[in-house]
Amino acid sequence: MASLIPRRRFIQTAGAVASFPAPVLAMPSASPTLLRGTDFALEIGTIPVNFTGQQRRATVVNGQLPAPILRWREGDTVTLAVTNRLAEPTSIHWHGIRTPSNMDGVPGLSFPGIAPGESFIYRFPVPQSGTYWYHSHSGMQEQLGLYGALIVDPRDGYVQRFDRDYVVLLSDWTDERPKTIVSNLKFQADYYNFGQRTAGDFLADTRRMGLGAAVADRLAWGEMRMAPTDILDVSGATYTYLLNGFTPAANWTALFRPGEHVRLRFINASAMSIFDVRIPGLTMTVVQADGNDVQPVPVDAFRIGTAETYDVIVTPAEDRAYAIFAQAEDRSGHAFGTLAPRVGMAAPIPPMDPRPLRTMGDMGMDHSGHGTHAVPAGPSGLGVAVDNVVSIPAERLDEPGAGLEQAERRALRYSDLRALRPGIDPRPPGRDIVLRLTGNMHRFIWGFDGRKYSEAKPIDLRLNERVRFVVINDTMMEHPIHLHGLWSELDNGQDAFRPYKHTVLVKPAERIAWLVTADLPGRWAFHCHLLYHMETGMFREVRVS
Amino acid sequence: MRTLAICCLLSSLGAPTLAQTQADHTGHDMDPGIQFHGILDQFEARIGGGANAFRWEGQAWIGTDTDKLWFKSEGFALGKGGVEDGRHEILYNRAISTWFDVQAGVRTDLDSGTSRHWAALGVRGLLPHFFELEATAYASDNGHFAARLGLSYDVRLTQRWVLQPEIDLNVYSKTDPGRHVGSGLASLDAGVRLRYEISRKFAPYVGVTYSGRYGQTARFARQESEAATAVQVVFGIRSWF
Repeated sequence: MASLIPRRRFIQTAGAVASFPAPVLAMPSASPTLLRGTDFALEIGTIPVNFTGQQRRATVVNGQLPAPILRWREGDTVTLAVTNRLAEPTSIHWHGIRTPSNMDGVPGLSFPGIAPGESFIYRFPVPQSGTYWYHSHSGMQEQLGLYGALIVDPRDGYVQRFDRDYVVLLSDWTDERPKTIVSNLKFQADYYNFGQRTAGDFLADTRRMGLGAAVADRLAWGEMRMAPTDILDVSGATYTYLLNGFTPAANWTALFRPGEHVRLRFINASAMSIFDVRIPGLTMTVVQADGNDVQPVPVDAFRIGTAETYDVIVTPAEDRAYAIFAQAEDRSGHAFGTLAPRVGMAAPIPPMDPRPLRTMGDMGMDHSGHGTHAVPAGPSGLGVAVDNVVSIPAERLDEPGAGLEQAERRALRYSDLRALRPGIDPRPPGRDIVLRLTGNMHRFIWGFDGRKYSEAKPIDLRLNERVRFVVINDTMMEHPIHLHGLWSELDNGQDAFRPYKHTVLVKPAERIAWLVTADLPGRWAFHCHLLYHMETGMFREVRVS
Repeated sequence: MRTLAICCLLSSLGAPTLAQTQADHTGHDMDPGIQFHGILDQFEARIGGGANAFRWEGQAWIGTDTDKLWFKSEGFALGKGGVEDGRHEILYNRAISTWFDVQAGVRTDLDSGTSRHWAALGVRGLLPHFFELEATAYASDNGHFAARLGLSYDVRLTQRWVLQPEIDLNVYSKTDPGRHVGSGLASLDAGVRLRYEISRKFAPYVGVTYSGRYGQTARFARQESEAATAVQVVFGIRSWF
């Protein structure tokens, strides 16, 4: 094992606002390399990998899966020469970074893409700090390994105090080709669901709730032609979940000395997975969400949607190994790593929680309970592309999400997120843009307002306009909705201290809103970050002019 | 080349070209475009009832989310070398609602008997409570009408063991001695198959089937010294791509 970079110690400044320089990013062996500075050369090619016993080819940056960690500094202008060594076009999108639109890396919107054998020079100033990531926006290469962590150190030092700094990048590897996954889902949408309700479950429910109730429950779901076990469309049946590119068996390990403050930068770089993260025995203090500092929130667990990032600080006091445990929302598998005082230690892998089940509330049919707004039906109504229209969407900001309601654990809620600094644009929104997240699970068609990208017109915003996106989820699944280029200020009751996010995980049957200042002109992508939802239509162009 | 021909056919049938509204998008279209799938639902030996037989029933389709070209084929290969109840269809399939598609095209009865040609118009989809439905009406070139109804259901015993009851009915408006079918309810094929999904796409199965011929159709069968009804044990493979 390679030795660790020596720990740097800090002296707290005496000023009223303490700020701390960044500790050296601690690197256990075989983690992705760290590239820092302002000039980078990135080469996209393929390498052989073997995560499952089968050799496959991954699409990667500089021969590494995950891609190298890029470390920039707020205010610098960075230059990245990206060369395509593939036989197909490629691109890199700097997820959450506020670049000019022609540097955002979405083929067809920002630029034509990078043709085989060609290079593209990205150059832009970095106006922000925080934990982000970068990935391909071409040809489902994200699924094939083209993703990496991106850290921007604040120019004026860190608000939080920490001694160690680790990236924890979660992803999902499959030996199948992405096109095969799309084809399988088109043929049979529950292809990867091996947690379906069976005759045995019916008998168990009969014993638990009585025959009448069990039959009524089956009839209610059957009437809608929906399955309450529909949690994630692609599961551990094909995925091997990776933590910094390590399988659970390979046990990626981060070192600490008892009593140290360890910053863990969680990045969900998966294609289709929502993870529930915990470190049994440790309270995690959430200090940043999607690259933006928040008032510290101590939690036992948090859900991280695809493309979200959360920075947490933990302070392991004991001289023992701790498990970093990220179970997929459908409990079909997990990513795993270890926090340990010495190399070679492994914490026991915690048992998986029970699989959550969808409820009638997730179909927008629960008329009791949470605060509700009746809303008009969507513009599309039911149809080929829409299998459900929520009539009474729910306010769910105060819910941690399906499967995280255990009383003994405090799980993060969106309502907990309060920005450390007030927002920069105090104007109220001039108008609402109401969008419904729609889908037909059976046909595996996804979209906004019942339309696929190929059938839809762009959403037009005026430059510097302030608008509210109101999103109603007509589907029974979570969707991580990512707006490129512009911040999404989550309207979660924190008023001026709304958290700035780039990706908002929208719960089933939820009505959620965020404010947007259209301060960067150009053509921006707006889409569900579940790769196969995006690829089957849940994508829009937002045009700012 | 063949795919190209099919694409041209789909366009001529009125399928929208991809990315009409985002023609300047040089990336991909966030639309899976044309998909090609096929399934051999029944590919089985039927044993007992006095006449062993080999049975196939399959479908394939190619096209977009809304517009597809659809192929169906079924029949029995009998021990003595003949083929019976050979039905083959080419249909245009259009998605019309959340759960249902309409299908229109042609059917050819092509086997050891006299050939017949039909125009076909039908509906396929998923009924409440997860019943798979296929219902088609036919009009033949000699003024006969026919209807076919298929229903099936999957009972998931475990994540990989699936019990599938299924029934097919055939009704004809007039007797057709050339094909040994009588008017009214001519035949019924029902079965219960227990399959084990080694993978989703490959599942061996065993089962029991009942096939019955009624009325004039039964009399035609008895004239051929065949039983009008048969209960048989089946084993086969269900596979798809």
